[in-house]
Amino acid sequence: MNFTLKIWRQKNATAKGEMVSYNVKGISSDSSFFEMLDTLNQQLIESGGDPVAFDHDCREGICGTCSLYINGRPHGPVKGVTTCQLHMRAFKDGVTINVEPWRAKAFPVIRDLIVDRSAFDKIIQAGGFVSVNTGGVPDANTIPVPKEKSDAAFDAATCIGCGACVAACSNAAAMLFIGAKVSHLALLPQGRVEAAKRVEKMVACMDELGFGNCSNTYACEAECPKGITVVNIARMNREFLSAKLFAEKEKIVQDSL
Amino acid sequence: MTRLNARIPEGPVAEKWTAYKSGSKLVNPNNKRKLDIIVIGTGLAGASAASSLGQLGYNVKVFCYQDTPRRAHSIAAQGGINAAKNYPNDGDSAYRLFYDTIKGGDYRAREANVYRLAEVSNQIIDLCVAQGVPFAREYGGLLTNRSFGGAQVSRTFYARGQTGQQLLLGAYSALSRQIAAGSVTLCNRRDVLDMVLVDGKARGVIARNLVTGEIERHAAHAVVIASGGYGNVFFLSTNAMGSNVTPAWSAYRKGAMFANPSFTQIHPTCIPVHGDAQSKLTLMSESLRNDGRIWVPAKMKDVEKLRNKEIKPSDIAEADRDYYLERRYPAFGNLVPRDVASRAAKERCDAGFGVGSTGVAVFLDFADAIKRKGHDAIDSLYGNLFQMYEQIVAESPYETPMMIYPAVHYTMGGLWVDYELMTTVPGLYAIGECNFSDHGANRLGASALMQGLADGYFVLPYTIGNYLSAEIHTPRFDTSSSEFKLAAEGVTDRLKQIKNCGGKESVDSFHRRLGKIMWEYCGMARNDAGLTEALYQLTELRQEYSRGVRIPGGLDEYNPELEKACRVGDFIELGQLMVRDAQQRRESCGGHFREEYQTSEGEALRNDEEFAFVGAWEYKGRDAAAALHREELQFKEIKLSQRSYK
Repeated sequence: MNFTLKIWRQKNATAKGEMVSYNVKGISSDSSFFEMLDTLNQQLIESGGDPVAFDHDCREGICGTCSLYINGRPHGPVKGVTTCQLHMRAFKDGVTINVEPWRAKAFPVIRDLIVDRSAFDKIIQAGGFVSVNTGGVPDANTIPVPKEKSDAAFDAATCIGCGACVAACSNAAAMLFIGAKVSHLALLPQGRVEAAKRVEKMVACMDELGFGNCSNTYACEAECPKGITVVNIARMNREFLSAKLFAEKEKIVQDSL
Repeated sequence: MTRLNARIPEGPVAEKWTAYKSGSKLVNPNNKRKLDIIVIGTGLAGASAASSLGQLGYNVKVFCYQDTPRRAHSIAAQGGINAAKNYPNDGDSAYRLFYDTIKGGDYRAREANVYRLAEVSNQIIDLCVAQGVPFAREYGGLLTNRSFGGAQVSRTFYARGQTGQQLLLGAYSALSRQIAAGSVTLCNRRDVLDMVLVDGKARGVIARNLVTGEIERHAAHAVVIASGGYGNVFFLSTNAMGSNVTPAWSAYRKGAMFANPSFTQIHPTCIPVHGDAQSKLTLMSESLRNDGRIWVPAKMKDVEKLRNKEIKPSDIAEADRDYYLERRYPAFGNLVPRDVASRAAKERCDAGFGVGSTGVAVFLDFADAIKRKGHDAIDSLYGNLFQMYEQIVAESPYETPMMIYPAVHYTMGGLWVDYELMTTVPGLYAIGECNFSDHGANRLGASALMQGLADGYFVLPYTIGNYLSAEIHTPRFDTSSSEFKLAAEGVTDRLKQIKNCGGKESVDSFHRRLGKIMWEYCGMARNDAGLTEALYQLTELRQEYSRGVRIPGGLDEYNPELEKACRVGDFIELGQLMVRDAQQRRESCGGHFREEYQTSEGEALRNDEEFAFVGAWEYKGRDAAAALHREELQFKEIKLSQRSYK
């Protein structure tokens, strides 16, 4: 298969970027999108050019390193897969494919198609954990967890932190990412203990980092490669409200004492 | 002449760890604050160690080449994690887990380390559950287990087909908590390119900031390498694209011995190679062998018809199928250990019975299991794996058998460590896949996650204190010292040399050539003549590489080709050592199969008289041959026998 690629090139964070056209030929339909880009880079290196920088690592859809808007869609046209699991058979022979980095204020470009997603780490550091230490925990079977809750927690925990939800959102909101972590931990008895504090801290951190607000377009759910649903956002909102309400009630009780 | 002292505590194997812990020295909390530790890598071993050490009060710096610690390749582990909980009441115990691991490793691992691993395995499950890891559960709310290759009990805990992901996210959350608390500093997008020794002790590292290209110096009282395995020496493997040997190899060049480098695990159930542009291989979890049956056609005429697409796999009658694992190993059937399953697949394909367009694949068939358990039950067990397979191959395993073939997956060899997980360089530790210690010549399924987390959460936090207790009067190091300066200049010179060598070929083209040599001569089957040929080809490749590679871009900017160039340079040197190691080991054991040494039935034939040792290699200089040291393995608990899964 042959393709024309229009790729965003940008030397570094401060340089001005632009779209540049390239042609690739003789690509197998079984090749992954990155194997196609590898072929392009081989051509560029051997002809004295500068290869395209893109983030990738496991190439099996689980590490969350890869990104890319492909023809304007995060992770490309196939639903439920990351860019590394996108195969060229998803495209018609001879077409032009546009490739750009994630566009969001909180994800600045580092080079070409690579962006800085450390904002996600900061959000997890704000509270996306259960405060237990190594050692001194009870036997794993001490607390039974209803299977339905455990399964729902798993569904939320399957988030790979790629940032497609932010990239898909017209407001660059991180609500699906945070909602998934809040849900995962709030659904389990182990995480329930500090659920109120967690959601408040994570949301406050999100606001500080320059992510936008949710306007319920569900674009995040549509583009999430791991099928995380907006139910998690609803659950986060409920957790957030009840945390706030609880805090107010607590204050009234404290003041009355 | 041997310099290897494993420092194994005295006493019965089941009491060694308790005795060690009672006798090891401690560091008080005030002094921990004054001690710095560097951890390289944020996979299960690195993240669990960094968070646990930070929590204890040490000052920790943790390095990863990825943009965030959560990307480390432990995340891709699918099947599960072993522990001797005996929740299913099927007769498991720490002793049995220990026994299975030693036997599975074909009696080439150290008893004391493996027993400790089995002993702490239960604590890992407790901790992970407390962190919020959503392991699979029964309707009663308690944890469930499944069986895995090489064991006759069900001791594997799992989170669908994403166990590694969930465990890593647990360790990452613990690490994030410590980063927020200020006890751990994260250095992401960094390649650690050299170790710094002061007066013979590990005192720091030289790292390259991958975004700015800056060469950084970092000092510490101890350094922990948790950089994972070196399977990418084969180019095509199930490892992540960035997985590399560089931190471990730089430690080797600074005096840490490298043990059993030729012990490589070829995983039996991976998606077969599709073509020349292929960049990596994808594993299909071993857990699939619980329900899937492996077969090839028994008759050559069916093989031909399949290849010509005249018939479908389901058209072949039951009697005309060769379920070769069930035929050869009736006791374990499709659940034989990985090395045995891989070799059996190779044997059938080499004999011409392979399927698929290349003839280098076998069937993994779920038709019986779907009939027996129902579509929904199979979906809940393997749904995401089936989906992944369909995405890559464009065929549904619900409708037609999967096609699989072995691929490089894990490396049992690695930096030699003693009982405390310290290398032969004082103050330099190696944990997780990058050390050699627990899996002998073959690793059992669901044991890598167990070992990474055991080392990081429950072993290193105890053993490192024993060393650091003597370091409390050592002040923080000045990175402007001559040792740091020399090491940093060495790294800069090496980068300049690679950049300016004036070649024309890409790094990848050399890496592919390296992979072909290693797979051909040092892969699933090895022999003396082939290994000699490999040494010859590798010497040539190394020379060509030093003058033939083209690196676009500059040293002081984001430059993925430069990153790869350092890694591939190290892989070529490692390849040479692997081949030498494979050549000196004139026996077959586990994943190391020397064609000259096999039983009449084609099974691996060990030579315990001469080779019941760990082969640890000492670096002797860039162009000098490495020196082999032997650590004799002593089996006091377990009697050595021919592994039998019949």
